[in-house]
Parts: sequence; C-alpha cells; structure tokens
Amino acid sequence: MSDGGARPPDGEHEKAGLGDVAAANSATWAGWKSRTLAVPWFGPLAALALVYLLFALLVPDTFARSTNLVTMARQTVVVGIASVGMTMVIVAGGIDLSVGSSVALATVVIARALNAGAGTFMAVTMGIAVCALAGVLVGAAIAFGRITPFVISLGAMTILRGTAKGLAREQKIDADARGLDGLLGVLPADKRWMVFPPGVWLFAVIAALFVAILRYTRFGRHVFAIGSNERTARLCGIRVEAVKIGVYAISGLLAGVAGVMEFATLTVGDPTDSVGLELEVIAAAVIGGASLLGGEGSVIGSVVGASLMTVIKTGSTHLGLPNWVEEVVTGGIIVTAVALDRLRHRRP
Amino acid sequence: MPGPRLAAKDVQKAFGATLALAGVSFAIEPGRVHALIGENGAGKSTLMSILAGATVPDAGELTLDGAAFRPHTPEAARRAGVAMVHQELSLCPHLSVEENITLGDEPARFGFVQRAEMRRRAVAALGRVSAASTRLSADARVGDLPPSAQQLVEIARALALPKCRVLILDEPTSSLGAGDVDQLFSVIRSVCAEGMAVIYISHFLEEIHRIADDFTVLRDGETVGTGALGDVTTGAIVEMMVGRTVAQLFPRSPRTAGEVVIAAKDVTGAVNPQGVSFVLRRGEVLGLAGLVGSGRTELLRCLFGLDGMKKGELRVLGISGFRAPPLRIAQGVGFLSEDRKGEGLATTLSLAENLTLSRTRSLGPAGIVLPRRRAAAAQKWMRALAIRARGADQPVGELSGGNQQKVALARLLHQDADVYLLDEPTRGIDVGSKAQIYELIDGLAAAGKAVLVVSSYLPELLGICDRIAVMRRGHLGPARPAAELDERAVLMEATGA
Repeated sequence: MSDGGARPPDGEHEKAGLGDVAAANSATWAGWKSRTLAVPWFGPLAALALVYLLFALLVPDTFARSTNLVTMARQTVVVGIASVGMTMVIVAGGIDLSVGSSVALATVVIARALNAGAGTFMAVTMGIAVCALAGVLVGAAIAFGRITPFVISLGAMTILRGTAKGLAREQKIDADARGLDGLLGVLPADKRWMVFPPGVWLFAVIAALFVAILRYTRFGRHVFAIGSNERTARLCGIRVEAVKIGVYAISGLLAGVAGVMEFATLTVGDPTDSVGLELEVIAAAVIGGASLLGGEGSVIGSVVGASLMTVIKTGSTHLGLPNWVEEVVTGGIIVTAVALDRLRHRRP
Repeated sequence: MPGPRLAAKDVQKAFGATLALAGVSFAIEPGRVHALIGENGAGKSTLMSILAGATVPDAGELTLDGAAFRPHTPEAARRAGVAMVHQELSLCPHLSVEENITLGDEPARFGFVQRAEMRRRAVAALGRVSAASTRLSADARVGDLPPSAQQLVEIARALALPKCRVLILDEPTSSLGAGDVDQLFSVIRSVCAEGMAVIYISHFLEEIHRIADDFTVLRDGETVGTGALGDVTTGAIVEMMVGRTVAQLFPRSPRTAGEVVIAAKDVTGAVNPQGVSFVLRRGEVLGLAGLVGSGRTELLRCLFGLDGMKKGELRVLGISGFRAPPLRIAQGVGFLSEDRKGEGLATTLSLAENLTLSRTRSLGPAGIVLPRRRAAAAQKWMRALAIRARGADQPVGELSGGNQQKVALARLLHQDADVYLLDEPTRGIDVGSKAQIYELIDGLAAAGKAVLVVSSYLPELLGICDRIAVMRRGHLGPARPAAELDERAVLMEATGA
C-alpha cells in the first residue's frame, strides 16, 4: 500500500527503537536466559532430565541400561502419537475425550479386517480412516452445532466405545498380526542398526511433522489464533469452522495411528482397551505447557510430557514401588507443571 | 475549613528499573469531583491500584480524613471506605443485582443468607444511583442488563460499603451513549451532594469540564498541574498532558472524492440496521454518529459480513450482495472492531502474529508462514506507526491501549485494504495515540482510500470526517458535509430531540 497514511510523527523516533535493546541482549547470558525461559517446553524437558537422572542413580543396574531406553520409547508411542493430535485440539481451545475409545475402535477394526482376509495395509488404512471419520463428525458437530467440545467429545467417547464393542461382539478378537507386531516389537538381529523399532521412528516423524505444521503453516497459525480468540480469527477472515473440523479430524486420525500401535503391541482387537487413555493424553499435553483455555501449547512439550509419564511409570516399577505411588507422583507432576507454567507467565 | 478527604504527598513507586510514579501529590475534597488526567503510561493506573490497595507505594504519604491510609489489600481499602469502579466491570453476570451489590459482605446468620436484609441494602443503594422512574430491579440477572445499567449496579455496590467515603470511577463513560452519560452524571452529582469525594478518570476532556470541579494532571509519573477546573482551558490541560502543544489535532490534507466503493440501499439486518441507504466514495471519510445501540456497529458488521443481512441491496467494490469476511478481506475491505480485547486482538499472541493475521498469504510460499518474514512485515508497520513494544514477538496484551489499537489498525494497512470500516477507532486511548490515528485516517483518505468511521465522540467525528450521517434506532439519516454541522445539531438528530 502507499505510505500516505503512515508517517511516523515527530518526537516518537527515540521510542521506536526499543526492539534494538532486545536484539542487543540476545548475545548476552541474560538474553540467552530470557529466551530459554520463553521456550514453553524448556521446563518440562528439564524435569524429564532430572527425573531420568534420579531413577538412573537409584537403580543404576536396570533402569540406566540403554535397552530400557528403547523399552520406554516403545511404551510412549501410543500416548505420544495421540498427544500430538490432542495438542492441536487444545491449542484450538477444544478438548477431545474420544481418544481412548478411538484407539480401542481402531484395534477392533484392524483385527476384524485382518480376519476377513484384508491385507495389512488395507486393514491399517481402514482402522485409521474410521477414526479420522469420527474426528470429522466430532469437529463438524462442534463447529456447526455450537455445542461445547467437552460435551460433544464426551458423547463421541461413549458412542465409539459402544461401536467398538458392537463390532467385536463384546469380546476380544484374536488376529494374525501379519507383521504389524514388528512395529513395536524387539528388533531382529539384522535390523539392530535401527536402534528403535519402526513404530518409534514413525512417532518421531509424526511429531516433527506436526511441530512444523503448527509453527510454519497458515493452518497451524490459524489454530493458534482460534484458540487465543475465536472472534478475532473470524474478523481476520479465517474459516473457523473448516479449521476446527480439520483439527478434530487430525486428532481422530492420529488416535487411529495410535490404535495401530496399540494393536501392534496387543495383536488382538480389544473393545475394552485404553479406557481412560484420553486423560493420560491430555495430561501429557498439559504437562508440556498446553493451556486448556486455548492458544498455547507445543507438540514438543506434549512429547516430553508423555515421556515424563513413562519414565515415572518405568522407574517406579524398577524401584519396586507399588502402583499407587506412581499414580500419586504423576498427579503431583501435572499440578506442579501447570503451577510452574503460571509462574513463567507472570515474568515481566 | 476541614482538611481534604484524601491527600497524597510525593507518592513514589518503581517496578524494577522503571519509575511508574516519580512523585505524585494531590488533595481531594469531600463533596467534589476530582478529575485525574494523563496519557496512558502517565501513572494513572499505578496510582489507582495504590488507592485501591492492590499495590503498595515505595515512598510518600497518603492520608484519608487526616489519618494515615496504607491499604495492603483491596479488601482493606474497601473497608476504609475507598471504592473503585473499574473500566472493565467486575460483576458476576449470572448473579442477581442484589447478590452482586452485597457480594463479599452478604448479611448472614449462622451462615445462611438473610434475603430480606440483602434486599433492603440493595434497594437502598440502588435508590442512590437511579431515579425512581428508572429504578433497577434487585432481582434482575446482571448479565441481562445493558452496560449502562451494569455500571450503575457497580456504583451501587461501591455505595453499599458501610463507610464509603471516596468513589473512584475509571473511564466510566467509555461504553456509554450520550443519554446514559447524562444519567451517570446526575448520579455523580447526587452522591457528591451527600458529601462523597469522587475521583473521575477520563480521556474525554469535554466530559471532565462538564462533571469535575478540580483536576490533577499526571505526566511521566509526576503531578504536572493541579487545581480548580474553572481556572484553566481545555487547551492548557492538553498541553500539560502531552508536554507540548497540540497545534493541529485534526489534520486535513486535500482530499478528492472518487468512485463509489460501497452503495447500500435499504440494507436491513436481523434487528439493526433497518433500511439503511448511503454511498461511500474513495478519498473521503464518512462518519456515522448516533447513540450506543443505534445500530452503527451492526451496520459495519453487516457490510463486512460478520452480522447477517435480511434484505436490501448492497454493492461493495463491484460485488453485489452479502458476503462473508474472507471474501470481503480478499476484496480489500478492512474492519476494526470496537471491542479491542474481546474481538479485535488475540491478546495472548504476539504483536507480529496479530498484525499479519488477516493476510498471511504473502508471508511464504503455498500455505507456509515464515516467522522471519512475518517479523519483518510487522517491524515495518511498527516503525511507520511508532508502535512502542519490546519487539515484534511481544504478546500484544502487554502493550498499552493506544499501542494495541495501533496494532489493530496496522493489520488493516498490512492487509492493504481499500475500504476501512473503523468502529470507535480511538476508544479508551491516550491523546498522543489519538492524534496519530487522526493523522493516519487523514493520510488514508488523501491517498484515495475510503473510510467509514463510527464514533461516539462528536468533536472527533466533526474533526476528521468529510460527511456525517446520524443513525437513530436503526435508521440512518442523510449524510451531510461535516462543515455544516456542529455537536448540537448531531446530538439533536441522534436523540430525536
């Protein structure tokens, strides 16, 4: 546009250069410190390192082994993948309680498809597609029905659980995994160079992809804008309904992928599997700095959050602590994480 | 003569390295309205939060009726009889009027609320703020009341304090129409007549001249002038505020009206507007005057596609009919919301993100937004509009009101709009920022853009517009040259007098 309307008025020049101060700071220790503290997942990552070191010191002979690292990575995959989708939903100011049911539904769909003679690829695609479709429907109900996400996804949680049970005739479905178990299984000798099983690598790729999508795409920035202030987003010409449907579709799709991983571990279709998983997934996102009010959250943070919960679980087992201790500690960490995040925000 | 009700002597307060108050002194007399004036950042908010007990001063002395006054909590300040009515009202929308008035001090016996006593107190307080004819119902749900009534409830709540001696009103008229302002002023006069001391904070200097008896001007955390208002002119106060003369508040470059960009005929929305017709041309500023609630905002929202259109003919930049915001933006229509925090800006997001949100396409290839390009675009407008911020990545909610408004306006510039729909572009911002925005609007018109402005501040409309049309109860009167109008004529048309 022409600069006709934008002449800097006199007397403002000396104030207009405040940004330079921040730039000058960047080379100093104070600048480094403030920028590090501004990274939302720095705190959770530090906590993860601390907790890992603590357990490594307490049980050096079993916990600190590299094989245990691989085991823990494998155990993080299901919650981790689902938490990537959940992060997006929460950043957009929503919530998706249907994730656990979606995972169970995916395992059932895959098992039935395999038993019906479908190929591995076909079965997996079907499992994921069903969950993605459910996500589209949830998103559409939230976007057009103007009903709060909590209620819609609560309904979807029950509907999908029921569907899974109906589809499985209320029992576990045994199926030949046809290689799917290799996704998260122990690597055969000739594949040791991969270090982690393929499922873990897939998780890493998905996480990296969505880090980039949230940070560098118009879609990703629109998700943040809607979560921060939906009315502003509308005012700026963002197609709010379309973005919301997209967000829940992605959450459903990733829940489906998590379901594939769950099937890879179980090798059965289990309609009663993953009850309450959604709360673990939400916890991972919240530990990682996501705000349930929307507008804040990061995929890296959620992955760190999911890892932190696995480390606590595994460490407690290695220490021989009863299950209840681990649950109390995990709960404490969730509350502490949110409290610390508040403090970080209060910084001037 | 008895001493002042509330006096401050050399009050100081620093936040880290910044000195928010460098030495403020004033004396507020009972039964008088004392205006506290200053640009944003002058220290008014800090001073208010000290008086309200939310902040403790570093040095200086405050006295209330001669006794030392150092509240450490808002609760202590209220108990001492200093009540504050904030610009953003702090009522519970789901509770009734009487519950709000007695909130925190409910009459109770053994923990059970005594409804009759609650009602008595609420009615007594309401009686002091509303004439018998317009008495508010104590049962009404506060969320159902219009903003002007909510404000009266808030004032009633302050008056219901057992020992209320000082009433602080922070920008009380910023969301009121002219009729509501008159009502508020008569309430202020009547509580003053009872011996209350009122501190009145406002950006509207005309208003201050109407209601206040005394004044104190703050600049850079210091008292730069204090005394009786009868002794000074508005010009002198403005000079004290900005520290320089505002020779030309409303600049006017040569403008030539060009092609028609908006032609509306009989445009009707769900409730408002009703059968509105007008044309807007390039190179002109058209003002929409009228009371709050007369349908001006709804008209703008309908033109931009945010509120629906039931019937009528609308042609915007060559495209006929009602269209949604994404298309309007693509056409080159920009809309500035009157509700800066609730709608205009996503306050938790960065300045750069807010500024570029309506046009991210230019910030990277196919669907990508490159943070570096976004920051560069934002910095360009930060320089052009002299937006004061730590940097382009500072959350926009941390900026002052004037700078936030400049970010919201810069978004339309970044969008490269041809038609500017501006709803209350200078609401609640300081004089310096206002002057910059007037200059910006003038520059836009001179550069051949079309500007449609809604404002409740008549001197502003008369100062910046080429033509003004008055809206009343959803209907729009004929647009007339601003030069032929004055405040009286516009106000008469707006109120139907």
